[in-house]
Amino acid sequence: MADWSRGAATPGRPPAVEVEALARRFGRRWALRGVDLRVEPGEAVAVLGRNGSGKTTLLRVVATLLRPTRGRVRVAGRDVVREAAAVRERVGLMGHAPGVYDDLTAAENLRFALRMMGRAVDEQRIAAALEAVGLGREADERVRGFSAGMRRRLVLARLRLQQPEILLLDEPYASFDAEGVELLNAFVRETVERGGAALVVTHDLARGEGVLERAFVLDGGRIVQEVQVTGRPGAVREVVP
Amino acid sequence: MSGPWRAELGRVAAVAWKDLTAERRTRANANAVLFFAVLVLVLFGFAFGPDADALRVAAPGVLWLTVLFSGVLAFNRSYQVELENGAFDVLLLYPGDRRAIFLGKVVANLVFVLLIEALVVPLAALLYGLPLLAALPGLAAVVLLATLGLVTVGTFYGAMASRVRAREVLLPLLLFPIVIPLLVAAVEATTAALAGDPMGEVGAWIRLLIVFDVVFFIACVLAFEHVIEE
Repeated sequence: MADWSRGAATPGRPPAVEVEALARRFGRRWALRGVDLRVEPGEAVAVLGRNGSGKTTLLRVVATLLRPTRGRVRVAGRDVVREAAAVRERVGLMGHAPGVYDDLTAAENLRFALRMMGRAVDEQRIAAALEAVGLGREADERVRGFSAGMRRRLVLARLRLQQPEILLLDEPYASFDAEGVELLNAFVRETVERGGAALVVTHDLARGEGVLERAFVLDGGRIVQEVQVTGRPGAVREVVP
Repeated sequence: MSGPWRAELGRVAAVAWKDLTAERRTRANANAVLFFAVLVLVLFGFAFGPDADALRVAAPGVLWLTVLFSGVLAFNRSYQVELENGAFDVLLLYPGDRRAIFLGKVVANLVFVLLIEALVVPLAALLYGLPLLAALPGLAAVVLLATLGLVTVGTFYGAMASRVRAREVLLPLLLFPIVIPLLVAAVEATTAALAGDPMGEVGAWIRLLIVFDVVFFIACVLAFEHVIEE
């Protein structure tokens, strides 16, 4: 299992995510207007905000899926534009849409993911990953028949196989039942305990309580609030927009 | 073979396997494309009337237009499956060279279009009275090279069109002008091959197809990463 904890304890280790004066324009509309934020190794941070506030755009820039119009973004010390390939080796994405293939089985989806990661296809690891997310019995079923929550679980199984250093999660709690939320939170906790980090875009901070430590609130493409969530039971209600 | 190359070839094979497996399971694309191709062949047959000589003269052009129109459906579908569940983002985020995605899709589309042609070419021979067996193997070389060029450019522009809303309309608008030299070479080579190559011109047209394939293959591989950027 990947372990980045040695780096976490080392002074001078670069931030997991470092965003400086980030701006992103779509045509004439500015989705982000100068965002600064920092996520340290060993930290899970939420990004909150109304619809259209720029949360998903921020996550997609960090994931190298969008280029910044202005500003600088570094992931584990690597620039998302100049060192995009190195960034992609470190991040794992759970996007708004699940990103799985309907006409492949659950196990085939994971086999494909391992081959695309350049890793050996290990059937035992695939079976264990599916078992861990409660899809052990559905391993050979086509994804077309899966519910939205089961698809989310399959994405979680893919992330468990990938073991990324930095998790980028976009509305991860959507479609999950209580058990699914617990599985996801446990995985986020494991990742940050090993010295990784998580940047979580969500409308549902309450479901990440106990895992998410800080929250940034985006509004109109700018960060308008930063709140420490851990250890403050009322903080969730305070920052939910 | 060195490690990175082997890993990239593994990714190419993975993308091709994934696309072909999904297609084999559903046959959604294959059925639609095959039905469309047969329909185009029959409609052109009706349009040219019952004159057997006129049909034979028009057949090479009709055949390659049928392949081109059918290919557009296949190239659009190739990226549609990535967009349906947001899988394109996940695909782009895998480590390694993104050109492996393009090459994998070229392999899958090449197999798909060649399979369609394996049914459409004999059907065209039947409908238009073409001496198919006598024209082999020259015709096989023409079909293989022209299909490779068409699939390379179609897969490339399919990726470009997949990023915009009106992709079904945009792909033919981008693709058709670019493949005019390929279409002319394929039609002329097919005409010559079917006539028994009396002027010895098939070789020249095949050389043009090879040049087209090489130039566009290199250009598309090099430019792929730029066209898939949002």
